[in-house]
Amino acid sequence: MALLEVKDLQVRVDEREILHGLSLTVNEGEIHAIMGPNGSGKSTLSHVIAGKPGYEVTGGEILFKGDDLLEMAPDERAAKGVFLAFQYPVEIPGVVTMNFLRTAYNAQRKARGETELMAPEFLKKVREVAKRLSIPQDMLKRGVNVGFSGGEKKRNEILQMALFEPSLCILDEMDSGLDIDALRIAADGVNALRAPDRAIVVITHYQRLLNYIVPDVVHVMSKGRVVKSGGKELALELEASGYAQFDDAA
Amino acid sequence: MNVVLAKSETRQAVSDVFASVRDRLPGAGKAAETRTQAFEAFERAGLPHRRLEDWKYTDLRALMREVLPLAAVPDANALNRAEAALAALPEVDGSRLVLVDGAFAPALSKLAGLEAGVHVQTLREALKDGRNAELLSNGTEPGAMIALNAAMATDGALVTVADGKALTKPIHIVHVATRASAASYTRSFLKIGKAARATLLESFVAADGAKSYQVNDAVSISVGDDAHLQHVRLMADSADATNITTVIFTIGAKVRLTTFNMTSGGGLSRYQGHLTFAGEGAEVNANGVNLLNGRQHADTTLFLDHAVPHCMSREVFRSVLDDRAHSVFQGRIIVRPDAQKTDAKMMTRALLLSDEAEADNKPELEIFADDVTCGHGATTGALDESLLFYLRARGLSEKEAQALLIQAFVGEAIETIASDDLREVAIATAQRWLEVRG
Repeated sequence: MALLEVKDLQVRVDEREILHGLSLTVNEGEIHAIMGPNGSGKSTLSHVIAGKPGYEVTGGEILFKGDDLLEMAPDERAAKGVFLAFQYPVEIPGVVTMNFLRTAYNAQRKARGETELMAPEFLKKVREVAKRLSIPQDMLKRGVNVGFSGGEKKRNEILQMALFEPSLCILDEMDSGLDIDALRIAADGVNALRAPDRAIVVITHYQRLLNYIVPDVVHVMSKGRVVKSGGKELALELEASGYAQFDDAA
Repeated sequence: MNVVLAKSETRQAVSDVFASVRDRLPGAGKAAETRTQAFEAFERAGLPHRRLEDWKYTDLRALMREVLPLAAVPDANALNRAEAALAALPEVDGSRLVLVDGAFAPALSKLAGLEAGVHVQTLREALKDGRNAELLSNGTEPGAMIALNAAMATDGALVTVADGKALTKPIHIVHVATRASAASYTRSFLKIGKAARATLLESFVAADGAKSYQVNDAVSISVGDDAHLQHVRLMADSADATNITTVIFTIGAKVRLTTFNMTSGGGLSRYQGHLTFAGEGAEVNANGVNLLNGRQHADTTLFLDHAVPHCMSREVFRSVLDDRAHSVFQGRIIVRPDAQKTDAKMMTRALLLSDEAEADNKPELEIFADDVTCGHGATTGALDESLLFYLRARGLSEKEAQALLIQAFVGEAIETIASDDLREVAIATAQRWLEVRG
């Protein structure tokens, strides 16, 4: 079943059109990779799906589980199961990670009409997931991402993904700034989340990440459009020949 | 000199107020004389106005305009309403002194549990038969508002903590207002003996029915050598009330003092603190938070006098301003010629939640010693959009996301309260402000 349907999406930022009629369908259970050079609009797509302010959608639509995603506030999207793992997770001094996780988790549950989880139960759940991702317990007591290394920040994103159990996970340049060990831990965390009712969209510049998170479908973006889609072998092809060949197509 | 201005209607009305209540004010003889002198000092100066540098942002002639008649002595109805207001306060374990409309209310106070080594007396008792007139003297402290306080003070608390006594529970002084369009004047004294440990909480609240009232409070706090004091003040008067408070600290050698003020109430308020370092090796944290909305105007003016060497001071001040609120922070630090090795820092930050809110910061450092570390910093800004989006992308509504960031913002100042109980009370006060905000 189609989880995410992006149809002919046109997006502007400050009067400049970034996405020029982008279409993409992601089905439940699939892992998609979106590749493309800098400036091709990959991050813009992820921001628009998550509902970041500052983007003007001038045409097209995005359906999530059949509903109009663009009509929803960012928090509604999160409660419905959209999760964006940020390329640059922000630091929030003074907001303790554990408190943030519980507030967010319960806000989503409340929005779905589910009962909120009490602190001890939640603590247990977080500890289990943190352990699996090699996240030290003291990190949970610190301000959100404050003083975290690049790898720790990314693991904190995966931790949230594992806790919130979203139906759609978008990973924006998850590999940027990670060494090979950190990348492996993060990738293992993502692979553990593979599920028949969940889709994962990996946005990446390099093929390297796809050795660890193996996609079912690979899309190539150039100049604000998807210019080619194929199987995982497309990523290897790109690695060999580069993005230049698609410039004309776009 | 403009004679017409000097005899304005406002000041005429004040002398009427003073004349009409003189017989209600405690203290005869010398005390009464001191009141008259204080009142004359107020009359000469009148309400402070913007042409006085110290009152530049808080022009009481324009904002307060008049001095209201003295509040009536609380009757049974007023005391009942005060009791209901007290019940709504967060529970604090310890002794409690309650002043209702400027009058000590023994029935609402909890003094049975006073710890050994603590002595409490009311100002009214202390001034009996004209004794202790010096309690109404302002010494070298100028200022029209504290002079008016000395002239009109009806009651207050005199608390002494004996040398070496380490109190385990806070002493709580609560000011409850119950009247409409009336003024109350209170004057309290806290004396902490040498090497003693104490915690003082002061609260200002409005009872149901209190409206457009004025509070003028003066507190004198002296802390003996080697003593530790935590002082927390929570001002939550009604949003149409005026609160002018002066706190004078004198601290001895090696004192550890944390003083924290939170202003979430009052339409017009001024919290002026004047602290003198009288002994070497003392450390002071003077922190505060303003949480304002509507058309609230809150002025915090702190003056730290580093008169002796080897003392440290830290000022952390945060204000959160919504709607058309106006926050003023004036921080003045003097480092006297002898006060070598002074370490004084001041940091103020304002968070503007609306385009129409205003924050004024005025740091003033006057340094006459050459071997010191002094600094100040000030920032003003809105909530960070990227942080808000991150929180919303994780499922928090706009208000929830703002509330979390505001709590974190003021948390930096609140965290300096060492007492767990009082910190919780301060956090609860901030949370309630955020909830009411919606």
